[in-house]
Amino acid sequence: MQDLVNIFVKSIFIDNMIFAYFLGMCSYLAVSKTVKTAVGLGAAVIFVLGITVPVNWLLENFVLREGALTWISEDFATVDLSFLSFIMFIAVIASMVQLVEMIVERFAPALYGALGIFLPLIAVNCSILGGALFMQERDYSTIVEAGVFGLGSGVGWFLAIVAIAAIREKIRYSNVPAPLRGLGITFIITGLMGIAFMSFMGIKL
Amino acid sequence: MSTAAEEVKEAVKPKEPLFSKKNRKLITNPLDGDNPITVQVLGICSALAITVKVKPAFVMSVSVLAVMALANVIVSLMRNLIPSRIRIIVQLVVIASLVIIVDQVLKAFMYDVSKQLSVFVGLIITNCIIMGRLEAFALGNGPWKSFLDGVGNAFGYAWILIAVAFFRELLGAGTLWGYPVFEKLGLYELGYENNGMMILPPMALITVGIIIWVQRSKNRSLIETN
Repeated sequence: MQDLVNIFVKSIFIDNMIFAYFLGMCSYLAVSKTVKTAVGLGAAVIFVLGITVPVNWLLENFVLREGALTWISEDFATVDLSFLSFIMFIAVIASMVQLVEMIVERFAPALYGALGIFLPLIAVNCSILGGALFMQERDYSTIVEAGVFGLGSGVGWFLAIVAIAAIREKIRYSNVPAPLRGLGITFIITGLMGIAFMSFMGIKL
Repeated sequence: MSTAAEEVKEAVKPKEPLFSKKNRKLITNPLDGDNPITVQVLGICSALAITVKVKPAFVMSVSVLAVMALANVIVSLMRNLIPSRIRIIVQLVVIASLVIIVDQVLKAFMYDVSKQLSVFVGLIITNCIIMGRLEAFALGNGPWKSFLDGVGNAFGYAWILIAVAFFRELLGAGTLWGYPVFEKLGLYELGYENNGMMILPPMALITVGIIIWVQRSKNRSLIETN
């Protein structure tokens, strides 16, 4: 249990997708103009990450890695399909995103309208594939750990985008030098937030 | 920028219609006014994470160049066959297959760099530049134009990447491509210290922010009103 809490906190604060790895920056920069849409997209990312990371964990451990296919027959013990992992992960992600899109369109049409093009683009949000690849690299031992890692990464991303959206709403009233307005200042603020988040480094539960 | 010189050389070759003025624009526009990173805001993720040293940044740029040019050509050749409802999946499959090839080549011939890039080679798949250009350009234009567009955008991506990596490696570690510049200049004896901060991730963001600032002060038409 403590392990799980540790993974959760670590993936939110220390290994934050945005501030430590810059994953999902494109939609982070593009959809962070108002808090409302930021919350919507952030929630969608938590949901997709929370589903795709465990599903990809199953795929990794029962299909792709060396010796994973032994549950079919002992003959497959030396088969290593890990070179296929990119294409398998992205296929899972793309279909999950399609599913989320249909659910949101059916149950929250207003949110669907607000997210617009960015909902299908979650499929190419680097943080989703990044979550799957980090899961593969860090070798989580159970599906629960993988799921907790996915959810934690999603929550970290959510926090980051909501925070920057709130700052951007306020900064509209400040006197920023003209060439820095918009994109430039957003980059610099994100950098400063990243420095702040670095103070979490080394925390262990 | 050496890239600009190369383009001029290419453009002078006597293949008239291939490098018409319009086609040349496809390459030169993304270098400044339509830069994928600082103006279109695409492909930021990888641009920031692998710019600690110049060498991985360079390898990454070459990988992106290869994937982008080929993916643009392939999708452009298939553009009339792809049903628009499933185009994203088709594009992802094309990109993912190309990235697998690049990843295997890197692992075979440049293992140490491939280790440094870690997950970011795989993340070329979701690099929004590639998707974005496929959606915005390759689906509506012929293969040759798409090829040029891919190459141009990759160069635009590459020069920002290498510029950021240049400053971070020089100021953060005092080296360039692993060569100890500051040590040879004897700056350490004068009491100079490396700025370890530049190696940390947040400084990549601030460096890009400053590049945007410089670029927009020169090219005022890019300023956002906000």
